[in-house]
Amino acid sequence: MEDLTKLDPRFVTVTRIRAALATLPVLIAAIVLESADLLPLGAIVVPVVLLATFIILRIPLRRWAACGYDMGSDRLRVVRGLLFRSDTVVPFGRVQHIDLDESPLERAFGLSTLTVHTAGTHNASVKLPGLASDDAAAMREAIREHIKRETL
Amino acid sequence: MSEAAIPLGVPQRTNPVSVLAQGAAALRNAVFPVIAVFFGSGSRSYSVLLALGIGALVILVGTLASYIRWQRFTYSVGEQDIRVESGVFSRAARSVPYERIQDVSLEQALIPRLFGLVEVRFETGAGGKDEMKLAYLKESEGEALRELVRAQKDEVDQVVTGPEADSDAGDAAAPATAPAEVLFAMGPKRLVTFGLFEFSLAVFAVLGGALQYLDSFLGIEVWDPDLWMEWLAGPGDWIAQLGPVAQALGAVAGLIGLLFVGSVTGLARTVLRDWGFVLERTAKGFRRRRGLLTRTDVVMPVHRVQGYDIATGFLRRRFGWHGLRFVSLAQDAGGASHDVAPFAQLDELAPIVAAAGFDMPPAELEWQRGSTANRNVGIAIDGLLPGLIGLVVLWLALGSSIEELDGKWGFALIPFGVALFLVLRQAFLWRFARNAIDRTQIYRRSGWLAPATAVANRVKLQSVEIAQGPIAKICGYATLHLGLAGGSFAIPGIPLERAKALRSSVLSSIATTDFSQLTED
Repeated sequence: MEDLTKLDPRFVTVTRIRAALATLPVLIAAIVLESADLLPLGAIVVPVVLLATFIILRIPLRRWAACGYDMGSDRLRVVRGLLFRSDTVVPFGRVQHIDLDESPLERAFGLSTLTVHTAGTHNASVKLPGLASDDAAAMREAIREHIKRETL
Repeated sequence: MSEAAIPLGVPQRTNPVSVLAQGAAALRNAVFPVIAVFFGSGSRSYSVLLALGIGALVILVGTLASYIRWQRFTYSVGEQDIRVESGVFSRAARSVPYERIQDVSLEQALIPRLFGLVEVRFETGAGGKDEMKLAYLKESEGEALRELVRAQKDEVDQVVTGPEADSDAGDAAAPATAPAEVLFAMGPKRLVTFGLFEFSLAVFAVLGGALQYLDSFLGIEVWDPDLWMEWLAGPGDWIAQLGPVAQALGAVAGLIGLLFVGSVTGLARTVLRDWGFVLERTAKGFRRRRGLLTRTDVVMPVHRVQGYDIATGFLRRRFGWHGLRFVSLAQDAGGASHDVAPFAQLDELAPIVAAAGFDMPPAELEWQRGSTANRNVGIAIDGLLPGLIGLVVLWLALGSSIEELDGKWGFALIPFGVALFLVLRQAFLWRFARNAIDRTQIYRRSGWLAPATAVANRVKLQSVEIAQGPIAKICGYATLHLGLAGGSFAIPGIPLERAKALRSSVLSSIATTDFSQLTED
């Protein structure tokens, strides 16, 4: 990965918590099935727990390693995706408006998601999650400044 | 009174009465539960009370929710942008710079209207659903805000803006004042030729639907084979006695009938849609009028044309007929692109394309093919399944475990044939898919039997993305997605290096011009 800025490391924790919440129902279902004594001891719970551990511990880390952004002087580059990779560049001169979102979980860790909207049908909104809130606000100001300078 | 009293940079709430207006909208949501409870609880003595109670609860919760939303929703009119902060649990802050606001529209639905409120929408060209809106402000406040935004926009734009007039020259019919130059028109003769190429068997689908209708309403079992046997028994027998020559003649007559019906359908549809087709270049932009029964009149500002497509058909291509469409920010009724010349020779298209500020693909363009790895993957994926089926059939026929298939290895030819066709198709698609770039435009050609060419202006693109799936990553090819306003422009299956080269040249063009300059004429 060439000279990309990494996302905030706290993003790994946030994605882990999200993954844990998502796998929780499956884990509960596995325990219920296990307690029904259908298969030999541990035949259901063990693989499910192993898989869940992989999803909770490993995938967020790899996802974090695969993501990155590059804030150029006139463009924002966002690289995302583990299996399906996408490498998007949005020139500041094409940004329609800028969103800064914080979900409760993100807020608890001081993170924000920056979304830039373009007029294009494809990539109408490009999301960049896992930014420290201050950085995200600074990026928003920088893009806004650029737009203003360009139009004057 | 409160007009022009919008303080700059101070967060403000929308009108408090909007809580009531939204509460009144909750009334509508309450109707269904009330009816359901009323009938669901049977006609006991308390059912009316219960139903009303539920209804009151729904309204109360709805109003309370809209009150909390109202509490947490603020907007501020700054010097450079309008900011909105919203959200009860998760906060969202949005800022829209004045330069990006195309227009401010005021909208009144019935209930807000009763309260004298308006919804203010800021149109940025972001494509409908994502527009920022304030619901609701007092009518006078809405007007004042619109004026203020227009004034701010002018102030900010002064240097680059020409006359403001074209910002709202949308699709509404606008009589042209300047003499209009006719770019393209279709007379009845052209229309008939076009209609014949629009051959369509859609009428049989309609007939099928009508038969189904008969089926359920007249009790005739259309799909019951016995019925047809009975019907055919008379004439069918009679046909069987005619001998081979007469039967062949009958089949030919049937085919001719089919051709006739298809042509007539195509002709009728085309005439209805494109009767009196005229495309003009007026002061306000392109103006297109067409239609026999529903006549449409569309005006499209020239600067809104983002790119164009030239498409043709398998048969009409032999006679040099092509159709031209403009990709535009505004939507054409239903379709994403505007038909500007649906049936014309290439030399007729050139002046239309030129009028939109584009060029036809030059002859000396350096077309490049896609990645061979992508072709091989496509061949493997398409050929694999029918090929495997063919092998299984062959094995069954030779292995002779099933009586019916024993020794009949010829059956395997069918899946093998399908596999061969799909493989050839992929190979030809690859041969004909090409991309090119020159100083101002980017080109993509695709299609085997009915090739199509898509052209976009390099400067008018919005974003560039290189996407790779897992297989593409291993084989080193990628899809280049270009953000085109009002359309899509993707070049699939090109080598990663080519994708990167195209991206950097497109980005260098984009960076030279700001979006606000694109929307001026």
